[in-house]
Amino acid sequence: MISPQQRRERFSPRQKQRGRAAMALQALFLAATLVGVVSLAVLFVDILITGVGHISWDFINSFPSRFAERAGIKSGLSGSLWLLGLTAAFSFPLGIATAIWLEEYAPRGWAMRTIQANIANLAAVPSIVYGILGLAVFVRWFNLGQSVLAGAMTLTLLILPVIIISSQEAIRSVPSSIRLASYALGATRWQTVSRQVLPMALPGIMTGTILALSRAIGETAPLIIVGALAYMPFTPSGPLDEFTALPIQIFNWVSRPQPEFHVLAAAGILVLMAVLMTFNLFAIMLRNRFSKRL
Amino acid sequence: MQDKDREHTEKLFTSTRRAAGGSRDVDASDPIIGEEALGRAGAEPSDAFGSPVGPLTGVGMIATEAALQPPSLSSPTRRRVQESVIGAVLFLATGVSVLTTLGIIGVLLYEASSFFRHVALGEFLFGTRWAPLLVPQSFGVLPLLAGSFLVAVGAAIVALPIGLASAIYLSEYAPARVRGILKPVLEVLAGVPTVVYGFFALTFITPILQRFWPDTQVFNAMSASIVVGIMIIPVVASLSEDAMNAVPRALREGAYALGATKLEVSLRTVLPAALSGVVASFILAMSRAIGETMIVAIAAGATPNLTANPMESVQTMTAYIVQVSMGELSFGSVEYQTIFAVGLTLFVITLVMNVLSIFILRRFREVYE
Repeated sequence: MISPQQRRERFSPRQKQRGRAAMALQALFLAATLVGVVSLAVLFVDILITGVGHISWDFINSFPSRFAERAGIKSGLSGSLWLLGLTAAFSFPLGIATAIWLEEYAPRGWAMRTIQANIANLAAVPSIVYGILGLAVFVRWFNLGQSVLAGAMTLTLLILPVIIISSQEAIRSVPSSIRLASYALGATRWQTVSRQVLPMALPGIMTGTILALSRAIGETAPLIIVGALAYMPFTPSGPLDEFTALPIQIFNWVSRPQPEFHVLAAAGILVLMAVLMTFNLFAIMLRNRFSKRL
Repeated sequence: MQDKDREHTEKLFTSTRRAAGGSRDVDASDPIIGEEALGRAGAEPSDAFGSPVGPLTGVGMIATEAALQPPSLSSPTRRRVQESVIGAVLFLATGVSVLTTLGIIGVLLYEASSFFRHVALGEFLFGTRWAPLLVPQSFGVLPLLAGSFLVAVGAAIVALPIGLASAIYLSEYAPARVRGILKPVLEVLAGVPTVVYGFFALTFITPILQRFWPDTQVFNAMSASIVVGIMIIPVVASLSEDAMNAVPRALREGAYALGATKLEVSLRTVLPAALSGVVASFILAMSRAIGETMIVAIAAGATPNLTANPMESVQTMTAYIVQVSMGELSFGSVEYQTIFAVGLTLFVITLVMNVLSIFILRRFREVYE
C-alpha cells in the first residue's frame, strides 16, 4: 500500500507551477502580438502629428521647391498617377493571361511545375533587383530613357508574380462543375473560360490586382534605379517624358537635414497613405460584395 | 482531384466535339441518331464521373444544336483556329515571366562580367575597403556585405521572437473574434511603403536611441534594424501561423489527454510539428531583410563600414545601389558596372535563401492524413 503522501512524492505533476507558467507565457504571447499593433499605431500617430498641419490644396497643387513653405507634391502625384495607369494597363492583361494559361491550358508536367516555381521565386526577388533589370533592359536596351514608360514597365514586372498568383487562386476557386456544364453544352475551351470561369473569378482577380497595384504605388527603390528625378518642376505630358513619383519626393525630403523638410515628408506620406487606404478599402469592398456569390 | 477533373473534362470535350460534328446536318429528333451520339459520348473510359455525365452531354448537345442554333457555333475549323490562336497568346503572356527570370540572370551576369574584367574576383569578394567613387578606388565588397548582415541580424533579433510569439498567440490562444481583428492589422504592417518606415526610423526611432545612448550617430544600423524588424514581423507571423494551423487537432487533443497544459501543447506538440514551416518563414524573413532598400538607405547611412557596432553608420548592398543611382552616372563606366556586381551578389544571396526556404518547407514537412 502506498500512502497518498508517497504517491505525491513519486509523481509530482507540479500543477500550480505549470499553470502559472502557462498564464505568464500567454500574457507574453499576447504582448508580443501587440508589439506589432502598437508599432503600427505609433507610426501612424507620429506621422499624423508631424504632417497633418501642412496638408492644404497649395501643398497638393505646387511643384517642389528649395523653399520648404512653397514646396508641394504636384509633380510627384501626377508621376504616380501616370505610373499607376500604365502599370495597370500592362500588368492586368498579362497577369490574367498567364494565370489562365497556367490554370486552364498548360499541360500538367515538369514544364508547368518549373514555370510555377519560377513565378513563386520571382515574387521573392528584392524589388531593387527589378530596378536593375529595368535600367539595363528598358532604359538602355529598349532606349526608352529615364521615362515614365520605363518606370511603369519595371513596376509591371515587379508586381506581375503577385497578380498571377492571386488570379490563379481566384480561377482555381471556380467549381469544376461549371466548366463541365459549359463543355457539355458544346462550348470550346476559350468560350468556357471567357464566359463562365472569368466572370466568376473576376472579383478575386480584381482584389489581387488592386492590392498589387497599391504595392506598386508605394515602391521607391526600383524607380530610383530606373532614374526617376529627385527634383522635377513640371508634370510629364507623355509616356516618354521624365518623371518623379510621390515616394521619390518623400525620400528626397526625408534625406534633407532640415526639419521643415521632414514636415513636408510627413505630409507627403499622409497623402500617399490616403491613396493606399482608398485602394485597400476598394479591394475589401469588392471582396465582400462578391464573396457571397461563389 | 483538380487534375483528374481537368483530364476528364478534356476527354469529354474532344468527344462532344466529335458528336457535335457528326450530328450537324441531320435531323436531331431522329431517335437513332440520338442514340448513336449517346453511344459515342457514353463510350468514355468510365471514371468517377464517366457514366452520369457522359450520356447527358450527348443529349444536351443535340438539343442545343437543333433548337437554338446559337450564333457562336461557327464552323469547327474556324473554332479550332481561334482556339489555338488564343492558346498561343496566353502562352506568350506566360513567357514574360520566364523572360523576366532569364533577363535578371542574363543582365546581372553580362554587366558583372565586364566589371570583373576591371576588378579581380578575389579583390571584390575579399577586399575590406569599398570606395568605388573615391580616388584611389577600391572594390572590396565585404563592408557592404557586413552592413547588410548587421542590419538583417538586428532585424531578426526583433522580428523572429515577436513574430513567432504572435503566431503562437494567433494560432493557439486567440479567440476567433480577436484573431479576426489582429491578423489583418498585422498584415497592414507588410503593406506600409518602405519609404514610410524609413521616415519613421530616422525621425522617431533614432532620436529615442540617441536619448538612451548619447553617442549614437544620426545614421546608424540599430535604428534601421529595429524598423526592418517591425516590417518583417508579418512575414514570420503569418507563415508560421499557417504552419501551426495545419497541425491536426488530434495531436493537440492527444497531448491534452495526457494532462499537458495549453502552453505545453503549444510549445512541445504544435511547435515541433510545425517546425519546418516556422524555419522556412524565418529564412524568408531574413531574405526580405537583406533585400530591403529604402529603410536602410534613409536610416543606416552611406558609409561603407566594416563594423559590428550597431550604433555606427553602415552601408548595405542595397543602399549602395541607391546611392550610386542617384548620382550622375556614365553608362559603361566601372562605377556603373558596380551596380550590377553588387546586384548580382544580392540576388544570389536572396535566391539561395528563398530556395532554401521552399526546400525546407517541402522536405521536412510533417504530413498528416
